[in-house]
Amino acid sequence: MIQRADSAKPVPQDSDRPDDAGSPATPWAIDIAGLTRRYGATRALCQVDLAVPWDQRLGLFGPNGAGKTTLVRILATLVRPTTGTVVVGGLALPSQAAAVRCHVGYVGHQTFLYDELSVRENLQFYGRLYRIQNRAERITTLIERVGLADRADDRVRTLSRGLQQRAALARAVLHDPTILLLDEPDSGLDIDATSLISDLLVDELGRPRTVILTTHQVDVALRMVERVVVIARGAIVLDAPVNLTSASEVARAIRQSRITS
Amino acid sequence: MTPLVNQVGAILWKDLLSELRTRDLLGGMVLFGVLILLIFNFAFDLRIDNVAAVAPGVLWVAFSFAGMLGLARSFVQEKDRGAMDGLLSAPIDRGAIYLAKFLGNVIFMSVVEAVCLPVFTAFFNFGVVSVDVVAIALLGTCGFAAVGTLFSAMAANSRARDVLLPLLVFPISVPVVIAAVEATSSVFAESPLETRIRWLALLGAFDVLFGVLCFAIFDVVVEE
Repeated sequence: MIQRADSAKPVPQDSDRPDDAGSPATPWAIDIAGLTRRYGATRALCQVDLAVPWDQRLGLFGPNGAGKTTLVRILATLVRPTTGTVVVGGLALPSQAAAVRCHVGYVGHQTFLYDELSVRENLQFYGRLYRIQNRAERITTLIERVGLADRADDRVRTLSRGLQQRAALARAVLHDPTILLLDEPDSGLDIDATSLISDLLVDELGRPRTVILTTHQVDVALRMVERVVVIARGAIVLDAPVNLTSASEVARAIRQSRITS
Repeated sequence: MTPLVNQVGAILWKDLLSELRTRDLLGGMVLFGVLILLIFNFAFDLRIDNVAAVAPGVLWVAFSFAGMLGLARSFVQEKDRGAMDGLLSAPIDRGAIYLAKFLGNVIFMSVVEAVCLPVFTAFFNFGVVSVDVVAIALLGTCGFAAVGTLFSAMAANSRARDVLLPLLVFPISVPVVIAAVEATSSVFAESPLETRIRWLALLGAFDVLFGVLCFAIFDVVVEE
């Protein structure tokens, strides 16, 4: 395991971000200890320890099947841990999953949108589920922010993959979450649109969100994140601040883990 | 408006709006129901004089088979673009998803029944539209949809869901269908009021039992 000495559990810098949203005061936005997740005989995650302070942007990399998506889905409350403790925003999973969902935005491999509804109707639907105040105004602002103003009333099935992904990003930040989980959010997006992802890493008031970003475009991601974690065969093999690593080092760690596995 | 009602309303609105735009579900269900009645009309026309004895069975075969088409599609929309994950990662009561899907299925089956009842009258020259029959149809539909909605969610993750769903739903919903057929028979045979009430009460009891049970375990079913 390549564990950099200088990258041990980072100490949160400024605020212990809690919070207007109501979650308990805690230095860690995400605190994972001894997390293991099995699917039958397959072990997707193995004794993962990871603490992410508030406002930190963390890039999660690894080869296919490394366990990145499982980790993100556990944080999104969609998968239960087999063993270990997972605390998100001071709330334990899975027992306080319902409360965690209010504070977490999640972009997965699929858009979670409905083909027969327009972009605006999809956002209205999710806005009702999240009980968002000033829904119409918020939706209009977001639609403009993701560059879909001229297609807002078109049905999702008529949009290209890239435009659908923009709508999916708008859906994920609709409730202005303090923690944002982005699992390959750049799929289908053009190069210009990656600036859109950067734009969504801050909340409505311009404060940084806590972000976990997984992608295969390491060099692009390194421009957006502050900390790099490489995961392979369900375990963390590299954890380093972004200024102490490089795209080639991350790529080497991924390659090495692929060879080992 | 309570959060649960708001959530149920939002999901139901989304389902109805999608169906209104595509009409691929209701059209198929109605056509299937009418075709079943047509086939039975040809099969029984010359052999059975006592239509009143056959009518309840024919009607409930049409209702339940057409309803099965709707149940099979209940959660397809949620699977298409992974939207189920969107619902499950939202801060909503899982029961709201069940209730909205249940209500959607009841509405779709009721539309089929609203078409099939007059069509049956036309095919068999036997009046079946009455307040009693409508009440029985509604109660029977609620029981069938209560079971069907739960199993539809279970089967949605299976590759063999189209085969699996009827195999799960029909055996479990047998008490509801039998009670509905018997209640309908008692109306057509002009049985004493007590007999009708007994079957209606049994049907209502099954509805409550299945409804509460399915609502309670839906959370476990959709977990992962």
